[in-house]
Amino acid sequence: MHLFKKILIANRGEIAVRIIRACHELGIRTAVVYSDIDRNTLPVRLSDEAVCIGPAPSAQSYLNIPAIISAAEITDAEAVHPGYGFLAENPQFVEACTASRITFIGPSAENIRIGGNKSKARQIMKRKGIPVVPGSDRPVADEEDALKTARKIKFPVILKPSAGGGGKGMRIVHDEKDLRQMYQMAQREAVAAFGNGDLYIEKYLSDIRHIEVQILADNKGNMVHLGERDCSIQRRHQKLIEEAPFIFSNPKFRKKIGDIAIKAAKAMKYRNAGTIEFILDSSNHIYFMEINTRIQVEHPVTEMITNVDIIKEQIKLAAGLPLSLRQEDIGFSGHSIECRVNAEDPERFLPSPGTVSLFIPPGGQGVRTDTAAFSGWKVPAHYDSLIAKVIVHGRDRAEAIVKMRRALREFIIEGIKTTIPFYLKILDSPDFISGNFNTHFLEKNSAGDK
Amino acid sequence: MELDEIKNLIELLRDTDITEIQIEREGSKLKIKREKFLSSFDVAPQPGKTAAQAAEAEKEVAEEQRLVTLTSPIVGIFHRAPSPEANPFVEVGSRVRKGQVLCIVEAMKLMNEIESDTDGIIAKILVENGQPVEYGEPLFLIEPAQ
Repeated sequence: MHLFKKILIANRGEIAVRIIRACHELGIRTAVVYSDIDRNTLPVRLSDEAVCIGPAPSAQSYLNIPAIISAAEITDAEAVHPGYGFLAENPQFVEACTASRITFIGPSAENIRIGGNKSKARQIMKRKGIPVVPGSDRPVADEEDALKTARKIKFPVILKPSAGGGGKGMRIVHDEKDLRQMYQMAQREAVAAFGNGDLYIEKYLSDIRHIEVQILADNKGNMVHLGERDCSIQRRHQKLIEEAPFIFSNPKFRKKIGDIAIKAAKAMKYRNAGTIEFILDSSNHIYFMEINTRIQVEHPVTEMITNVDIIKEQIKLAAGLPLSLRQEDIGFSGHSIECRVNAEDPERFLPSPGTVSLFIPPGGQGVRTDTAAFSGWKVPAHYDSLIAKVIVHGRDRAEAIVKMRRALREFIIEGIKTTIPFYLKILDSPDFISGNFNTHFLEKNSAGDK
Repeated sequence: MELDEIKNLIELLRDTDITEIQIEREGSKLKIKREKFLSSFDVAPQPGKTAAQAAEAEKEVAEEQRLVTLTSPIVGIFHRAPSPEANPFVEVGSRVRKGQVLCIVEAMKLMNEIESDTDGIIAKILVENGQPVEYGEPLFLIEPAQ
């Protein structure tokens, strides 16, 4: 079993840079794909090779499967790392890689299909005795079926697109009248966003935290978990601040939620790196929510407290190496927080593309900035607005908060608007500091009102 | 044909827009060809970053000389002929019509025929047979028909 000689990176921005770094540390050469508009970017500069695969619109470049496979072929890459977003959770892409004898660095096509089909994932977990939020076990047939299910599990309920992700198309429904109104709308939205109008219904739990567990699995089915992350600070279901560990975690809680995560991953014969997402209600009940079949934006907070390089592990596992870590080898030290700095107006959250005239990221002990931005770089309007992730590590949560405040204050980004001022407000909020928050933090705090 | 006669012909051509002249006279044949637009770039495009820079340079030169650049619409392997045994689709100096196949770019084992988007004459072939090409990489310079 050998590690790859060359890996093609089918992504852009900070995650492409992150993967290039992991490859170079492993002695693996890299080729990165890019669109016309991304010619003068950091991944293209840092990679050993770069291949332009199409024009700026992602449908013709970063989502263009034949172009990416062709780029892997002309560069003689043995494996493709998809990063997150774009083709990371596209089972057809995994199959296209396999057909061209290129290793996809990630889970199997079947894993991705289950991950993308939330009601199927629910059924599998329920059969294995893993707690799920009360709701419909399969997509509801029609409005009447939806109403019947909602009455059974009691309002409020939440309508979720079966093919959905990232919070898109979800609707909270408080009573029967609401349901009749929202059912059609949610269905239309699901068709528009995912090409599939299947909806399922879950009991809507309001005072909840979003806790997820990072897992690693080798091709023989050995698995470990790397502990939990708290991703409760969200805006419209989009994560903004993530931290590890969960503030009220302890070894007993971690073992409990870690064991459930591994049981869930084993139930679907999971391979490579993945994340099991859970809902934690106010009485600390754990419910399976979904599985994310990719490397996640927030993976660095886990790396900071476990000292495990998750991207390197992904590459080694994809090459067929057995897991080098046993559960008892994994230690947890200190506290880590990540803030996603977006090129957005911090008050209205509207995208703010343009040229970054000055860019000086923060540094110092315990501060990590994952970014592909630099002074003079033009933020294109074609892709998502994440321009940097600031990750800090402190001995405890209080120290991590102090470090994050310090790091964000010294972060210089001129020429575009960013969400940094918004994060500084959250970091000063007494509820955030005390850990007294749930997924509705932003609605309850003035920081998110405007 | 006398040497002086040839010298005079070359002299005559220098101040015109004519790039090629061919004279045939009882048993002797003379061809004078001028490639004025080719002298400023001898950079062979390579995949990756250098290709990007070469592409920019090619574009500038082409624009100056009013040549049309045909770029690759896809990533793949550049083939000048329909099969290894066959003759190339075109050579430098070939007269081509809009829609005529100039080369093949192979991607994922599929042979994609790349057509000329203009009537004209092939002024330069920028990529060697069998080389990888990127999206947007210049393949041919074509002198458009008047």
